[in-house]
Amino acid sequence: MRAAPAILSIVALVALAALPSLLTQYQITLVLPALAYAIALLGFNLLFGYTGLLSFGHALFVSIGAYGTAVLTSKLGLKSFEAILLLCAVASVAVAIPIALLSVRYVKIFFGILTLAFGMLFHSFLFKFYNITGGDTGIRVLRPTLLGRAYEDLDKTAFLVGPFYYYCVVLLAILGFVMWRLVHSPFGLHLVATRENRRKSEYLGVRVRFFRLIAFAVSAFYCAVGGAILAVNTGQADPELAYWTHSGELVFMTVLGGFANFFGPVVGAFSFIFLKSELMGLTQYWRFWLGAILVILVVLFPRGLAGLFAQLWARLHRSTPT
Amino acid sequence: MSALLEAHELRKRYGDFTALDGVTLSIAEGELVSIVGPNGAGKTTLVNLLTGLLPPTSGTVRFKGEDIAGIGPVNLAKRGMARAFQLVHIFPSMTVAETIAVAVVSQSDKAMRFFTPVRKDSAVNMRVREVAAIFGLERKLQTESRLLSQGEKKLLDIASAFALSPEVILLDEPTSGVSSGDKHGLMRNVVDAARKAGVKSIILVEHDMDLVAEYSTRIVAIQSGRVLADRAPAEFFADPEIVAAIVGKRVRRLAQGAA
Repeated sequence: MRAAPAILSIVALVALAALPSLLTQYQITLVLPALAYAIALLGFNLLFGYTGLLSFGHALFVSIGAYGTAVLTSKLGLKSFEAILLLCAVASVAVAIPIALLSVRYVKIFFGILTLAFGMLFHSFLFKFYNITGGDTGIRVLRPTLLGRAYEDLDKTAFLVGPFYYYCVVLLAILGFVMWRLVHSPFGLHLVATRENRRKSEYLGVRVRFFRLIAFAVSAFYCAVGGAILAVNTGQADPELAYWTHSGELVFMTVLGGFANFFGPVVGAFSFIFLKSELMGLTQYWRFWLGAILVILVVLFPRGLAGLFAQLWARLHRSTPT
Repeated sequence: MSALLEAHELRKRYGDFTALDGVTLSIAEGELVSIVGPNGAGKTTLVNLLTGLLPPTSGTVRFKGEDIAGIGPVNLAKRGMARAFQLVHIFPSMTVAETIAVAVVSQSDKAMRFFTPVRKDSAVNMRVREVAAIFGLERKLQTESRLLSQGEKKLLDIASAFALSPEVILLDEPTSGVSSGDKHGLMRNVVDAARKAGVKSIILVEHDMDLVAEYSTRIVAIQSGRVLADRAPAEFFADPEIVAAIVGKRVRRLAQGAA
């Protein structure tokens, strides 16, 4: 059973790698944001699921990734996606640290409201400083190079569903592995301890605020990487990315997938993107149905889809004669 | 014997209210000092000052010769003093092994390791099993803490404090919430564990005078924020006035009941 997560991950990655030969180009363009959100939410859930701090402002860090990519590619002429990812992530962490220093003193609703406020602050900055940010139209994102290759022979869609898609799958694999190691390290253990009982963990020598700060910074790093992928996919960084409803969507996806499970955020990202796309095709009241689904899920399966799968898996194992 | 923990003329005021009014005491290696007193006497304030949770209004607290006034729980743990609370403090969804590992990891230099799995760290695992065995929790290692019995939760709470390998441990009513039949068993367990784990001194805050009489090497009685008596158990219980001041009401009630 202990090898199960590793096997599951490998199967999932192989499946992701095989998708381009199974799905239409349009469907693959849907998988791309799912990959981006999966990465962002892995980081988000280190803070939400593991540390117990629910942020309503993490779209801020996603938009730093997106705007960073836009500025670097179209204004500064930097094309290497590796360099872009690194710079965006570092910028995101740099913004996250002062916000975290202030916010991690609080928990629950106070933490949530503070992060929401910072998110709104950034949104109005993007909106009002037209000269720097392009206001409501945002900034165009030019196609980056991947490991030094420009793929000039490919048109936009072919680039996205081809090399860029595989690049993102590999990124998810690497960042997923790093996150897996993080949550199972002494650091991860201490994070959970601070979530479960702050006072007790302090008396056991756990530096609560410092570890929360690190968790916050790591989550900002992951969100920026996700934002950079989103920006390349849409070719545009716009202020909607920083709006609080986008932060809400991050929470929605994580809850949908299950924040108590390591894979929950990944499951949540994929289910949300496909659910949204299906519902939008069926009805113009898709937001209503999304909300209804979340309500049902929270009431009936508070551990999310991943929790539901885990439960079914356990039941299946128990009923199989050995 | 040298004093491990020394408090000198400790005062704590909250506005006009004086919770502690000049408490001086010292705790040496090998001692089990009980702090007793009626409710509102200032025991909790004293304990909070002794463990560096609150800074005193005036006076000093020294642990191993260093000033620890107001240093906070994390630094206290690093310097070798642990504290277990009256109410059970556990990590509900963590297993027994994980709970003990939190302390084992934090007092080693491994707290800042981000990529090595705790589960595979054999040194940590060994120490976790060792501590669990002392408290008879070795069979429950993989049990989630919230599923333990009340007595086991209490043991786990204390065990995790022991896992810090402290030199001094402060036990705030360790037997509260434990049935009276089990109190002695638990206390015996803790005192034995302390000896095995190399704990040098124990500070005990306790209401149960049977336990205080049986396990203390010294008793410090607090009343209205002052030290009323600081004596060996035999002398303490030989003085009816002091006993009456500390447990007076109950003694009288018991006497009436017997009559």
